[in-house]
Amino acid sequence: MSANAAKRYPEVWRRRTPGETLAGWLWIAAAAFATAWSVSALDIEWVFFKDAHVQAADLAERMWPPRWAYLPQILAPLVETIHIATLGTAIAVVFSLPLAFLAARNTTANGFTWAVGRGLLVASRSVNTVIWGLIFVAVFGPGPLAGVAAVAARSVGFLAKLVAEAIEEADRGPVEAIESTGAGTGQVYLIGILPQVLPVLIGTTVYRWDINVRESSVLGFVGAGGIGLQLYASINQFMWQQVLVVLLAILVVVILSEAASAWIRGRIS
Amino acid sequence: MAAAPAGAKPPLLAIDKLTKVYPGGARALDAVSFTIERPEVIAVIGSSGAGKSTLIRCINRLVEPTSGSVRLGATEIVGLPPAQLRQARRRIGMIFQEFNLVDRLTVMENLLSGRLGSVGFLASFLRRYPPRDIANAFAMLDRVGLAGLQDSRADALSGGQRQRVGIGRALMQDPDILLVDEPTASLDPKTARQIMRLIGSLAAERERPALVNIHDVALAQGFSSRILGLKAGRLVFDGPSAELTPAVLTEIYGAEDWSRTIRPAGEDEEGA
Amino acid sequence: MIAAALAYLAWSVSSLHVDPQRLLAGFGRALNILERMVPPDFSRWELLLKGMEESLQMAFAATLAGVVLSVPLGIAAARNLAPRPVYLAARGFIVAGRTFHEVIIAIFFVKLFGFGPIAGLLTLAFSSTIFLGKMLAEDIENVRAGPIEAVRATGAGFGQVVVYAVVPQVLTRSVGTAIYRLDANLRHSTVVGIVGAGGIGQTLSASFSRYDYDFSAAILLGIIALVALGEWFSDRVRRKLR
Repeated sequence: MSANAAKRYPEVWRRRTPGETLAGWLWIAAAAFATAWSVSALDIEWVFFKDAHVQAADLAERMWPPRWAYLPQILAPLVETIHIATLGTAIAVVFSLPLAFLAARNTTANGFTWAVGRGLLVASRSVNTVIWGLIFVAVFGPGPLAGVAAVAARSVGFLAKLVAEAIEEADRGPVEAIESTGAGTGQVYLIGILPQVLPVLIGTTVYRWDINVRESSVLGFVGAGGIGLQLYASINQFMWQQVLVVLLAILVVVILSEAASAWIRGRIS
Repeated sequence: MAAAPAGAKPPLLAIDKLTKVYPGGARALDAVSFTIERPEVIAVIGSSGAGKSTLIRCINRLVEPTSGSVRLGATEIVGLPPAQLRQARRRIGMIFQEFNLVDRLTVMENLLSGRLGSVGFLASFLRRYPPRDIANAFAMLDRVGLAGLQDSRADALSGGQRQRVGIGRALMQDPDILLVDEPTASLDPKTARQIMRLIGSLAAERERPALVNIHDVALAQGFSSRILGLKAGRLVFDGPSAELTPAVLTEIYGAEDWSRTIRPAGEDEEGA
Repeated sequence: MIAAALAYLAWSVSSLHVDPQRLLAGFGRALNILERMVPPDFSRWELLLKGMEESLQMAFAATLAGVVLSVPLGIAAARNLAPRPVYLAARGFIVAGRTFHEVIIAIFFVKLFGFGPIAGLLTLAFSSTIFLGKMLAEDIENVRAGPIEAVRATGAGFGQVVVYAVVPQVLTRSVGTAIYRLDANLRHSTVVGIVGAGGIGQTLSASFSRYDYDFSAAILLGIIALVALGEWFSDRVRRKLR
């Protein structure tokens, strides 16, 4: 440094410009304001918190020991839960393909069809599976059929969104090659684009299936079939030892399906 | 390797019977002893797994030595409690093969992180460093050839530039010694020579010794005045670079034709 | 493979006892419901707005609580920072907590704290903590070790190592995850109301049980708008962060 001794170097350095600092503080202020607004308006009864741990301990005590005799009765609903997830996902796959082609910018017919596709996508995705369940119970009456429809309705948008993105990113090369042979639009989609997006579709389908197993476990709360019905009934009848059995069964099924899904996806890619 | 004459200052660095056995029994260092008496560039050579990296990391105890002694000036480093160890680490600058910059921080923050041992937690958290440190950092930026890049993010730089920041960070500590671990292994040959030259001239300017791990024998010979040879954790050679003969290299690395590897000292402008 | 899939499909369909008559009747009823849904009835917009506001408040407060609580959980569940027993306990907690659907957790909070948004808030805070904690732990585990070593070598203390070597490596991703979670909480806040845990879902559930379908349609449109807006916002912010 002796060579540079004559030269004066600045003694101040700031990580951020004043503008960036101000923006940072504004974000913090906005977050603080949002929090204050949220907590104050929820008018929380803090007294409830005082004995919550006592109540929780009491609940845990009443759950123990699990009433294993209940297990045989819930095996059929457990299988039904998985069926609902699988069938719902399968139906969603069938409907998601046309919807994806409709909602992808490069394959939709015109601006209007694109808007329709996007609108359906948003509607399907924004409504939770359980709320779809509520709607389909009104339509089909209580039972697993409503559950299958609910799972399908929610999953269509999920699958179609990801497939539409894959279509938009699809390689133009094969598409142009098939167009040049004079093939119709349908053939171009079928031969030029579908094979390119198939891996995405399969991967997301398997992934969605294991989410759907978890979702199906609560569809029974609104009467749409599956193990949720038994759980809800046991809770409402204060049969806590039964509740524990159902919870453990759900735990096992969900973890197994998650592992299966991860294994299959690992093998595909 | 004569001991320091009685009454003189202690050596800059004295390593005595330094041994490291990893859990599982691998003996990475086996009773290595040497001293550094004067500021010079010392290259440590040896095949991979010979213990070069372990040796350097045992000196500032990023790796805990199993036994032996490391004296930095008058301070015994082995066995220091955490607070004093941090004090000792401030006096040891370290430069890494993979540069080890914090990618998302700016060049200036990476340089200033060399001062972390000397500023409090809150000051470093708020990036409020003493004005002298800031001025020194700007001077350092100039010296390593990166003037004007203070606000660039570290991950926006090229490999050579990143290593310059790494060198600057180590020197910002104003260390008593530099430990350098394979500084050129991630760089192309031309940049590697530039970086070695920079390390050499900075060490000379500041009159500090530099202990440099390097596997390129030609580079080692070209840029150092003394060479240590490690083989399977044992020190098998310690002498002036000029005395590095094919026989010695065979001792360190095993049989091979060395005639093309060794260059006469001083021939350092040759492209590799 | 395909034969097995078809056989499974046949088995599952038959086991669900799908009655074609009911299916057909359902389509008729669907038309009827749809007819009653149009036009949506926005005359009780105050009730609708109050439900949406409650959902939004639940989502905000729960995200913030989740962010705060996920930091210790994330550090405890990071293999490279936490001691082994702490790591295993934290991971076990995350696995068990992730398994249960928000609605199941909500019903327990309703039993403990009574009906209302407080149960919803706690549910979302709980699942946010688990989710954010898991993501943070994974980000911490993927941190590059080199910079940590380098910062330690300068003589920095533990706090400084965290601030200079760990935080810069995980901060951007963590902020992105938190914003994603805010959006996810907004979605989930519409559903915990089904079991009485407050928010717009409770309003919707009530309207359905009264066969008040034109109001239900208005609520559904409100939910779709709210969720779509949330997703748009979160996508935008996260893209800017990158």
